[in-house]
Amino acid sequence: MAENAPLLRVRGLNAWYGESHALHGVDLEVFRGETVTLLGRNGVGKTTTLRSIVGLIRKRTGEIAFDGNDLMHLPLHRTAHAGIGFVPEERGIFATLSVDENLVLPPVVAKGGMSVEEIFDLFPNLKERRNSQGTKLSGGEQQMLAIARMLRTGVTMLLLDEPTEGLAPVIVQRIGELLVELKARGMTILLVEQNFRFASRVADRFYLMEHGKVVGGFPVNELSSHMGELHEVLGV
Amino acid sequence: MTTIFGIPLQAFLGQLLVGLINGSFYAMLSLGLAIIFGMLQIINFAHGAQYMLGAFIGYLLLTYLGIGYWPALILVPVLVGLFGMVIERLAISRLYGVDPLYGLLFTFGLALLLEGVFRYYYGVSGNPYSVPALLSGGTNLGFMFLPIYRGWVVVASLIVCFGTWALIEKTRLGSYLRAATENPRLVQAFGVNVPLLLTLTYGLGSALAGLAGILAAPVYQVSPLMGSDLIIVVFAVVVVGGMGSILGAIVTGYTLGLAEGLTKVFYPEASNLVIFVIMVVVLLVRPAGLFGRDA
Repeated sequence: MAENAPLLRVRGLNAWYGESHALHGVDLEVFRGETVTLLGRNGVGKTTTLRSIVGLIRKRTGEIAFDGNDLMHLPLHRTAHAGIGFVPEERGIFATLSVDENLVLPPVVAKGGMSVEEIFDLFPNLKERRNSQGTKLSGGEQQMLAIARMLRTGVTMLLLDEPTEGLAPVIVQRIGELLVELKARGMTILLVEQNFRFASRVADRFYLMEHGKVVGGFPVNELSSHMGELHEVLGV
Repeated sequence: MTTIFGIPLQAFLGQLLVGLINGSFYAMLSLGLAIIFGMLQIINFAHGAQYMLGAFIGYLLLTYLGIGYWPALILVPVLVGLFGMVIERLAISRLYGVDPLYGLLFTFGLALLLEGVFRYYYGVSGNPYSVPALLSGGTNLGFMFLPIYRGWVVVASLIVCFGTWALIEKTRLGSYLRAATENPRLVQAFGVNVPLLLTLTYGLGSALAGLAGILAAPVYQVSPLMGSDLIIVVFAVVVVGGMGSILGAIVTGYTLGLAEGLTKVFYPEASNLVIFVIMVVVLLVRPAGLFGRDA
């Protein structure tokens, strides 16, 4: 499934919030079609890593290459056009927009995205509430909408920041099924999660983060042999 | 003679029409201000000066180039909009993310500069701008005499206001604008060129002021002070409607214009104050304004 060259390659990524040094040389790779999960406790830099890759954090150094293109020097609005879709932790559903408007808000950046009807087939709840205000949806529906709106755009990679946070188990399960389905359709996914049980059901590989850098990594089939390391890093 | 509360019907309706015309300008100007504040969080004190600029450009086009009212109706908003876009790119864009006071001070200075330039060259007395031949004269409605140009101003203002409202509320571009108001960085991360959007927004707000200026030229005299006379009232309209509320600016503009007109009928001494009294009451009862987000 994976080709030799990674779709996303991050080398020596440092990032700062003002004077606060948040990332200390993050290295990671994600290959085409893979689902990779960044695991780690609160505050270790997982979200910062995603936001730095997307370009939301501009004070950064290192290398970020996507599909062979350097992302470091692109203006923020060009990152999506390179093929990366970002689903933020806070979901970013717009209160002044209806579900329909939220869904079609991100511009189409490449061919191959799903049509609105295909998306509604995948998320029938959203179709029923297409004229509702985006923020009137339940937390689970908002998460579905946040993911769904990226599927229209034709991006080849999704960066998902804690998609299961605060959601009921039945919704978490639905999101898990959705990610498996997206993976089957060839989507590459970089996922940030604290819920490693959820992550273990959807990920091909894991990276462990501590103190603003990647401290380890292993494929899902080696999960059982890394449980000690995992407990230490996650504190579970 | 028919009377309403002891006032002759003709006088009553005449003042109502004056109120509606003033309301048309309040609505167009407060709409531009609301768009700019809503999207850019800039309190555009130069809005009155841009309105004056619109009227003056129309006057100069006619005087020096012989370009009449109808072409000016297109040219003026385009020119004032372009002027606004240049100002936004060169200066206002540097003020995003800092205290809104800086934007207010900058635009206040810009307004003084523009007014000063036109005062220097044209003095403070008004310059006449003729009503276009097609819209000159009036029509007798039976109960009152309606000057055609004034009727045109009301109709044009309604078209512009509700057209702009539809642009913002019903189109893809409008959804970008609304989303960018809530979370510009995320909208940009989705692939939308938000800095360009902000430039266009300021240009649109400025163009609306310019359009109001050229519409106003035949009604009021073209004077360097015409904007500063109006801008404080327009700010009151925006506050009553709710800062940044598009529909609030439109509805409140017309309503307060009518309220001012009716006050002229029943208690003329208070006609210059009534809008500010309403503003104070609204601020006390509903600080976010009648159509504001918190209302």
